[in-house]
Formats: sequence, C-alpha cells, structure tokens
Amino acid sequence: MSTKIKINSQIFQDSNNIYYPKDEIEVSNLIREFYKNNLSTEIVGTNSKYFIGNKTQTANKISLSKLSGIIEYFPEELYIKVKACTPIQEIENILEKKNQELAFEPIDFGFIENGNSKKGTIGGCVASNYAGSRRIKVGSVRDHILGFKGVNGKGDIIKSGGTVVKNVTGFDLSKLIAGSFGTLVALTEITLKVLPKKISSSTIVIYIEDKKDVYKLFEKISSSTSETSAAIYLPNEPDSDDYKKNRDKIFKFNDLKFTGPFLALRIEGDKNSINEKIKTLSKELNLDNFQNTTLGVHQSVPFWKKINNLELFEKTNNNILRCVITPSNGLKMIEYLSNKYKYYIDWGGSLFWVEVSAKKNDKIKEFKKLANEYGGYLTIIKTSLDYDYGEALFTIDHARFKISKKIKKSFDPKRILNPGKMYRGI
Amino acid sequence: MTGLVLPKIDRSVLKRKDSIVKSLSNFTNANNILSDPDELKPYETDALSVYTQIPLVVVLPENTDEVSKILKFCYDENIKVIPRGAGTGLSGGALPLQDAILLGLGKFNKILEIDYENKCVVAQPGVTNIAITQAVQHKDFYYAPDPSSQLACSIGGNVAENSGGVHSLKYGTTTNNILGMEIVMMDGTICKFGGKSLDQEGYDLMGLMCGSEGLLGVITEVIVKILKKPQVVRAALIGFPSVQDGGDAASAIISSGIVPAGMEIMDKALIEATDNFSKAGYPRDAELLLIVELDGTESEVNASFEKVEEICKKNNCSSLKLSKNEKERLSFWLGRKSAFPACGAMAPDYYCMDGSIPRGKLALALVEIKKLSQKYKLPVANCFHAGDGNLHPLIMFDGNNKEQLRKTEKFGADILKLCVRLGGVITGEHGVGIEKRELMCEMFNSNDIQQQLDIKKSFDDKNLLNPGKVYPILRKCAEQGRVHVHKNKNKFSDLPRF
Repeated sequence: MSTKIKINSQIFQDSNNIYYPKDEIEVSNLIREFYKNNLSTEIVGTNSKYFIGNKTQTANKISLSKLSGIIEYFPEELYIKVKACTPIQEIENILEKKNQELAFEPIDFGFIENGNSKKGTIGGCVASNYAGSRRIKVGSVRDHILGFKGVNGKGDIIKSGGTVVKNVTGFDLSKLIAGSFGTLVALTEITLKVLPKKISSSTIVIYIEDKKDVYKLFEKISSSTSETSAAIYLPNEPDSDDYKKNRDKIFKFNDLKFTGPFLALRIEGDKNSINEKIKTLSKELNLDNFQNTTLGVHQSVPFWKKINNLELFEKTNNNILRCVITPSNGLKMIEYLSNKYKYYIDWGGSLFWVEVSAKKNDKIKEFKKLANEYGGYLTIIKTSLDYDYGEALFTIDHARFKISKKIKKSFDPKRILNPGKMYRGI
Repeated sequence: MTGLVLPKIDRSVLKRKDSIVKSLSNFTNANNILSDPDELKPYETDALSVYTQIPLVVVLPENTDEVSKILKFCYDENIKVIPRGAGTGLSGGALPLQDAILLGLGKFNKILEIDYENKCVVAQPGVTNIAITQAVQHKDFYYAPDPSSQLACSIGGNVAENSGGVHSLKYGTTTNNILGMEIVMMDGTICKFGGKSLDQEGYDLMGLMCGSEGLLGVITEVIVKILKKPQVVRAALIGFPSVQDGGDAASAIISSGIVPAGMEIMDKALIEATDNFSKAGYPRDAELLLIVELDGTESEVNASFEKVEEICKKNNCSSLKLSKNEKERLSFWLGRKSAFPACGAMAPDYYCMDGSIPRGKLALALVEIKKLSQKYKLPVANCFHAGDGNLHPLIMFDGNNKEQLRKTEKFGADILKLCVRLGGVITGEHGVGIEKRELMCEMFNSNDIQQQLDIKKSFDDKNLLNPGKVYPILRKCAEQGRVHVHKNKNKFSDLPRF
C-alpha cells in the first residue's frame, strides 16, 4: 500500500502527522478517505498499552484521544455510556461518587512500563480485554460491555447492543470487539455495565511451605460457598537477593509478617458477611494447619491494587508473558517454572504472569507449547528490547485463523485498521 | 397471521429429494433419516406454533463427523440446512423450509465429562439444561442460566439463543457461563472455540456464536461453567397498592446497591390468574406483586432483606412475606412459573412479547401498556423480569376473530416499539427468529444490519444455514413480533414460561 498520498481532510493533524478526529463523523470521514486511497492506519488512544501486539507497518496514525467524556450515566440502571477514549480514571471517579465501579478491575499497565500509573482509556481496555483479579467472580471485560458504536474499515459507523443487560437482538458484536485490538473497528462509544462497590474487603494470606498445597487450596477456594473475589499465589523465587528485596518492598504490609511464598484470597461484602465467610473458609481450607494472617480493608485494598498493576514486574526490560491454563495443570506449570522465573498466579490458579529475561527468548517457544498442552494459551504482552520475534506474540490455530481472517474482511476488507497488530494477514 | 416471506424455494432441490435421501445414508445410519410425510410432521414447527412448514428431510446425526459430512454434502449441493435443538424456541428460529434439510441434534444427548477440578461440564448440545444441574447437584454444584423451559430445552439451543432465566441479573446469561464449544461450519469444517480455560486469545468467536440463532454454525459440543450453590437462598412476596409504587420499589432496590438473584413483577391480572391456577397464596388485593430472591451467606441475605423491606415500606407496600424455608420459597415461585398456562386458561389465545427496557421505566411501561390495552380493547397481563427490565406482556384474544387477531398484532408491535422508544430492545431472551425479523429495523440502521450480514457471509458464503431468520428479507419494517398460543396448544404448553 502506498502511504505517500495526501488525503483530502480538514481533520487536525499534529507535527507527527497523527490525526485527531474530534467526533465519530470525523473518524468515519477519515477512515472512508483511507479506504478510498488504500491507506492503512494505526488506531491509538492514549498509548498506555502501546507495547502490546505487533508494530503495525502503517504510515498513518489516528488518535481517538479527543473522543473523551461521559455521554450518560444512570447509576440506578447500572450502566454508563462513554466516548471510547474516556480515561478509565475519569470513569472510576464518577462511579466512585455513586458507590459503583467497573467490577472487572481494569489492569494498570503503566507500572511495568515505567513504574507509574497509566490506566489509559476505556477503549484500550475493551480492545485488549484483560480483566484483573476479580475475573473469577464477575467475568472478563467482555462480560461488562452492553453495547458499542464504532467505525469499520470502510468508514461506516456501526453499532451493536444497547444499554440493557438482557438483549439478544442480532449478533453480539460486543464480544467480537473485546480483545480485537482495534483490528475490526475504531471504537467511538462504549456502554458498560457497572456494579455496586463492595462495602468492605478482607484478605486472608496463607503461608505456603509445600508447593503441592497451592492447587489443593485453589481447588478448595473455588469449591467454597463463601464466594472469594480473587485468589493468587505469590512464590518467593527465583532465589536472588534482588528479587526478594523488591518483592518485600512491594508487599510490605503491617499484618503481613512472613516473607515466604504465600497464597492470598479476597473476601468482599459487609463486615458481618466477611467475618462469616472467613469462619467458613477457615474450616474449609483447614487454616489451622497453615500459618496465616488476615489483612483488613485498609491493607486489603492496596494489596490487590499492587497485584492488578503487575507491580512485581515494575519497570521491566524483560519479556512479560500472560499465560492462561486450566487449574488442573497448574501444579505441573509451577514445577516447570520452579526457581527459574519470576512469576505469580492469579485467577484462582488459571492465570500465570511470568517474566522471562531477555537472554532466555528461546525459552518462550517451549513455554508456549506447554501452555497449549495445559489447555490454554500464552500471549507475549511485552517484549524485551532484543526480542527477535522468532515466536509470534499471539497464537492461533489454522481453523480459527481462517475464520478470523474472514471476520476481519467483513469489517475491514482492505485491512485499513491496525493491520497485523495481532496476526500476520489480519 | 400476516403472510410470512421466506427465502426463495429451490425447485431443483425438491425434485432431487430421493437422491438426496440416498446420499445422506452414506453419512449416517438410514434410520436417522426421516423422509415420510408422517415422520416429518412433528418437526414442522418449534414452540412458535403459529408458523408451520414441513421440511424436505429430517436428519438426526449421531456424532460430529456425521454432522460435518452432511453439511459438506449440503454445501456442495447447495441445499439449505435448518439446525434444531429441542424445538422449544419461542421465536420460530427452528422453523423448517420446504427445500431444506432439518438437522436435529436430539441424538447428541450425552454428558461427556464432569470436571470438578476445572469447574466445568462438557456436554453434547442435545443435553437438556436441567440435566447439567442434575448431574452435578449431588456435589452442590449447578449450572446458573435457568430458562423457564429448562426441563426440555437443550444446552445447544441455549447457546444458539443466549438464553437467560430469572437469575440472569446476578449470574448472567448463557454467554457469561460457557467456556468453550465445538462447531461445524456450513462447509463441514470442524472448529473448537475456547476450551476449559478462561477467556481466549484473538477474536471471541465463542461469544459471537452465543445468540447467533443457528445462522453461523452447528454446535456439536459445549463446555459450561458450573458454580457452587449459595449457602442461603430466600425469597419475598411483596404486594403494592399501585403500579407506580411497585415499579419504583424495584428500581430503588437495584439503585441501593443490592443485586438480587432474581426479581420479578406481576400485575393484578396475573396475580389473580396465577393464584387461581396454582393456589400460590399471592396477595390478591395488590395491584402489583414483586418477588425478590436473594442469595449468599446468612448475614448477607438477612442484611439485604432488611434493606429491601425498608425500601418497599417507603414505597407504600401493602404486604411483605419472607420465605421461611425452601418449601415456601418454591411455592412463591409456583405462581410465577404458571403465568403462561394461567393466561391460556383465561382466554382462547395469547401473545407473549419479549422486550427489554431500562429498569427505571418499568412503571411507565406498565402504564403505557395499559393505555394500549384500552385503545385496542384487548386485555393484557404483565410479568416482568424486573431485575433486568425484561418484559413479557401477554395479550389475550380470540384467534378465531380475525379483527381481534389483527388488532393483537398491532398491539404487540406497539409494545415492542414502546420498548425501543424507552431505550430498550425488541428481544431480551426469546431471540429474533422469524417473528421479530422485520422489527430489526426499529433498532438498527442499514449499516448495522449490513455489518451483521457480512459476518453471516464470512461463516456461510452461500447463505445455506438457517436462511431467512433474524434479518429482514425485504428490509421493510412490518408489524410483527410475538408468540402466538392458541388454546394452550403450543408445543410444550405444560412447561412453565417466564
């Protein structure tokens, strides 16, 4: 595709030639123009997750960052409609005032980049579909999207869904858009389901001496009637002073007296129900057999923020891998990782966040194969500077690739939007 | 009933019937192929029995490989295929076509695996919804979505329709409760989407399949998530002296931060009808009845009910009764579950609508529906899933009176248009199928519909799989859209309907 053509557009462009459309009509006009001239474009928000996915080989760039602001918020209807690039922080602030929240806990990827919070926009959050620790209880980002509006690769403004939770009118395109990394539509408007904020939370931290106990406990937690809203395992490895110092610095809490490997689970609700649940869980998990401690709400809340923000990998220059498998294979995965990698396990044993040092790039292939064998997949979220792209960042089997390619074509026949961001040819 | 436009009949297929039957026997046991008019008759309709059509042939394959070969054959020979689960759908999604093979998944009726470690069940699509819960309930697990037809409806059909139920406010619909599936595409390709692990990389094809009403692929296996039963479940019957008070209370409960496991509304007409029918002990003096179910731990449930009571009193409730035990809780639901048959006993025919609206507009919707009822001079009874704003107004009429039928159709369309006007949608859980097809234009413009049709094309380039459903053929907005039941003679009339 030639990229030299100057398109006929009045839309604001900054000195780096990035287009900043101010509304969906401008987005539509711009993409229509690109479509006419066979020009591909990168779609960005505020760049908080720019390192995820392949670099797109496009000379044009559209920033949707001007499409920002709350369109309507009806707390009693449990939904909020926003422009696609509304900052997550802004949404969280307005929900907070009405004691509500985005229950799926958006991940703040800023910390792994430079140690500072950068939550980005809701559009980026939806486009990547990465939910935080509460995934096991409330579902993923995709489960909270009620509807959207966006511009497809032909420049057509399309919509799907609505503002109500019960809706089976037509194909559920919201699901397709979640996790599509801007390859199907440039999002312009998103309607999200919001939920009441939990009154309080507590975290039980269990010291783990024998790794075999990790999945025994995860299994009991997921079988408990005392709904836990998050469960993680944080090992104390690899065995290096630097690592331990860093880990102890991040997870420094008054009531967290031990520094070894631990499993932590969160209970939410009002105070009485939390106490009730802790009592039941103590029995179900045989907590008398383990050294354990409970973090009250003032420690529990920041604890889970640190988990959700991937602070363990703060300012990393290494590869960050996100690996989802079935819990039944978790112990085998622990054994594989044992003492070689910095990692932790979220989602009650399903999600492994792993850091693989730049020198071990070749190990990623082996790791990926294993993730597949263990009933899941592995995504390379962030690559080290010297990453050779020998192993693709996203994986897909042949049949799904064939369908995905056709779906891409149905939205974006000329591959205008973020071409190659996830897969070559899509 | 208004004439129905169906896809153009391929006469050459009709002529080839004998050779098609013969060819099909290459792919599956000859006993699985039905071609006699008597054998075909039971398949002429689903639970929207107002539309009937005898299919060309019915095939009941036994495994995925057979489905794949049959679809490949139909693809190569340009033969239309209508997939069918248990046939309990209320929107005519499994209505046969004269020149199409009806592919019944009834023989896919086995639970393949129960995996407690990964909290999932692998089931064939013909397994009934309730059978999944029954298979795991001895260990106190259950499958959350509970459409009212759960005794008979199949899990494959649930996926195709994205079925909900009374508990979907808290636990979500089918799409939020499945982990993976196997499908066969129209050209015979077998694909697996998702698996036993959470979420998936790439486009969420599983999410797209959910609620696709048999237009994209034939589901041959489903992996569903199972949940542990809550410690305590309790329900309350709350009577209100006016529609406004009850509607406001329902809305206030949600905005107070409580997420009930289920919250249902019935109006005066239904309170009486269902109580006559089931002797549930409902407050007959009330204009509106609210059923609220809460689950969780003992103290959670108690604390929430205290709040519910406070809210309802503030909104002038005339009675409030909390279930004391499981038996009483189930008796509270009995009346609600018999709402449809109770209506059937009150009038020769009824139409059931299925729109969704914002919860805060419930009272307004009830008032508007009442006005429409007066305008059309037809009685209406209302039951709502108040928790998620899903309405099921039941219009009562006599189908033998052509003028009444015509008025009922207009009344029904007016209700669905009202839903859209109030910020809602034309179908909350029954699906678009054949009956609400023309109303799609009320919600979507031609760009929206074109995008969906393009997706359909990317799965089924020859438009052979369940053609003529969901999307308007002529793209004009006719006034249709409801379930028609004559003298309670719809299929599965004994099933409770929510």
